[in-house]
Amino acid sequence: MKRLKLFVPLIIFIALGSLLLKGLELDPNEMPSALIDKSLPEFRLPSLENPEAMLGRKDLLGQVALVNVWATWCPSCRVEHPYLLQITEQEKIPIYGIDYKDVREDAQQWLRKLGNPYVANVFDEQGKLGIDLGVFGAPETYLIDQKGVIRYKHIGVVDDQVWLKHLKPLVEQLRAEASQG
Amino acid sequence: MLPELGHFTLILALCMAVPLAVIPLIGAARNNQLWMSYARPLVCGQFVFLVTSFACLAAAFLMDDFSVAYVAQNSNSAMPVQYKLSAVWGAHEGSLLLWALILSGWTFAVAVFSRNLPDELVARVLSVMGMISIGFLLFLLLTSNPFARLLPNSPLEGGELNPLLQDVGLIFHPPLLYMGYVGFSVAFAFAIAALLGGQLDAAWARWSRPWTNIAWAFLSAGIVLGSYWAYYELGWGGWWFWDPVENASFMPWLVGCALIHSLAVTDKRGVFKSWTVLLAIFAFSLSLLGTFLVRSGVLTSVHAFASDPARGLFILVFLFLVIGGSLTLYAVRAPEVVSKPVFGLWSREILLLLNNVILVVAAVTVLLGTLYPLIIDSLGGGRISVGPPYFNLVFVPLMCVLFVLLGFAPKSQWKRSSTNNLKRELFMAALASLGVGVLFPLIYGGELHLGAVLAATLSLWIAITGARDLITKGRKSGFGRLSRSYLGMQLAHFGLAVCIIGVAFTSIYSEQRDVRMSPGDSLELGGYRFQFDGVKQVEGQNFSAQEGQISIYQGDQKAYLLQPQKRVYLARRQSMTEAAIETGFTRDLYVALGEPLGDGAWAVRVHYKAFVIWIWMGGLLMGLGGFLAVTDRRYRIKAAQSEKIPVATDNGVAEVSSNLGAKA
Repeated sequence: MKRLKLFVPLIIFIALGSLLLKGLELDPNEMPSALIDKSLPEFRLPSLENPEAMLGRKDLLGQVALVNVWATWCPSCRVEHPYLLQITEQEKIPIYGIDYKDVREDAQQWLRKLGNPYVANVFDEQGKLGIDLGVFGAPETYLIDQKGVIRYKHIGVVDDQVWLKHLKPLVEQLRAEASQG
Repeated sequence: MLPELGHFTLILALCMAVPLAVIPLIGAARNNQLWMSYARPLVCGQFVFLVTSFACLAAAFLMDDFSVAYVAQNSNSAMPVQYKLSAVWGAHEGSLLLWALILSGWTFAVAVFSRNLPDELVARVLSVMGMISIGFLLFLLLTSNPFARLLPNSPLEGGELNPLLQDVGLIFHPPLLYMGYVGFSVAFAFAIAALLGGQLDAAWARWSRPWTNIAWAFLSAGIVLGSYWAYYELGWGGWWFWDPVENASFMPWLVGCALIHSLAVTDKRGVFKSWTVLLAIFAFSLSLLGTFLVRSGVLTSVHAFASDPARGLFILVFLFLVIGGSLTLYAVRAPEVVSKPVFGLWSREILLLLNNVILVVAAVTVLLGTLYPLIIDSLGGGRISVGPPYFNLVFVPLMCVLFVLLGFAPKSQWKRSSTNNLKRELFMAALASLGVGVLFPLIYGGELHLGAVLAATLSLWIAITGARDLITKGRKSGFGRLSRSYLGMQLAHFGLAVCIIGVAFTSIYSEQRDVRMSPGDSLELGGYRFQFDGVKQVEGQNFSAQEGQISIYQGDQKAYLLQPQKRVYLARRQSMTEAAIETGFTRDLYVALGEPLGDGAWAVRVHYKAFVIWIWMGGLLMGLGGFLAVTDRRYRIKAAQSEKIPVATDNGVAEVSSNLGAKA
């Protein structure tokens, strides 16, 4: 009986170890957003391309679309950029950009140099819209439906894996719903 | 060419580790001298090859060899040379190589300094360390080769070491921390060897003690440095965040602390053997767990290395083998606990047992808090995080009890309860600490803050009881004849007292302001006037920076000029905040630049940090205490003896070192 007590540490460790094993399959970067299934917040901010033109929530509605938070100071955004160009090209999905806490000239030059995947860009110099959206850091990508309800949020670079595994199935589902309803 | 040599010697080191893990172990089981004698040469070989391998990687960094992927990712030609060198361990692959190198260094040290221990024991210890080494070398070679090349399209210029890590702190923090982590592998190996040999006696504990002390001292220094680095480099004036990775270093420290005390009991009194062995296993297991948490990507943390699941799986399997294996061995071989108390209620044994219980409970609390988010998540409960409130809530009361008990420690005796005479003496000490403990916050803070009273009283209680004992013992036997292990203990306990003041007073008396400041604006804080004189542009070797000019006035006199920077590192356009600090004995003035707000105005963060330096001074004293204890004559006598006893020395290193040991 006494000998059995000595097995207690081993048993505790095995229990702990199996939880760690389970933990390996989970991705700590996957953050549920408080805004999932909520409406995109209202805003009124200038367009990046034209400081005179103001953009608002309404301008982003009508289609299933991606909203991508980016900035020129963000190295991962540069990595993500070519892929965004590729999906607008291939998947015919509109991407709206939110240029987050950036310098206007830098951002305009970035788009001229690297190509512009965005239908329109909101210039969020102070990061106000970023706060309303609960942005952790660029890049972040939101999937909104045609009514402007946020359906999915991805933190970090969107690449093939993210697109195929999470975004694309949801986009197709939302489009199907839209065409039925 | 050099990277290939590095890769090749890494493989050769593995070729040494494999026979090391097998041959001496079989030799010890069969009592075969020849097989056992393989251990030392293999250890030397492994060490030499790993040093070569590490030197090759360092050379690749110094020569800007960007065809090596790891170099290209973490270094560029504009980086100052000292950061090129520290970039060697700035990311996953290189730091793992450092781990392996330090492990082989410890193994080498054991081989050199254990010539007077029984052959079977040494053979087993070295074999066990060889097994651990196999795990890490395989991990390096299979999942994280630092020598992988980017050929044929090698970049002309590298990326950059994370600017946060381009700092003197990073040059020393990881090596010290790893010395500590890996150092516990020695105590672990001794424990496993003792379990294998069935000789779990006082001698085993005596041999483990210096190794445990020194590992713990390194770990203390590493943690202190890390904490100080976070304080001045992260720019928000915090010094401990209960971040998972900080916890990963703190848990082995707590358990190592328990182990040091428990080994003392086993050494002197021959009791608590099973418990001590378990602690030795536990301390090293927590070091390994820390490695897992940092490198597998299961937790989010500022420290987390870029990680992939294959690595996580590898370490987890390795964890299962090492910890599961050793706990199984423990379950089968550990002596059964005999519950025959042979000591009085307030004897030193009981006090040390209580110390152990509290420290282990504290470590388990931290472990639980660290893994709780992971556990909830893997049980499907969603994402949560456990923050400082939890840790402070459980940790502070536990520590208070520990500190109260510590005051009884110096006067306590083995076996017996203390006498009435001592009780009176302790009562006086308690009264004195309480008296000053109440007065001090009253005078310093102007009000009776309960937390400050508690901290000051406990700190004084530890310091006064320690000092009294030091004086009594010193008078009795002469101060020069007090043993270094005793002085080391006193120093470490005194360090703890200093640390308590630092931690408590910083959190109680510090003030902080986040303000918008235009040139000419000023604000009052902690009796100083901070005036913002605008921002200058300065250029560094690989960054350019906006440097705030902040004059600090004391009364009407300009006392200091602080120049915090907002840097942009050129290679990846990463921005960094460099705080400016004026350090004093009882307070730090701390200024950091936030964001520019237009029209020359900046968001500025100003801190008045009371007694903050005491935290690290205390931590350093604890570490120094650990080092001092290791230099005790008790441990050196053995080295001197080994000179007299004719031992067949097959290499000069051992002779030289034993000579050094005798003279030092």
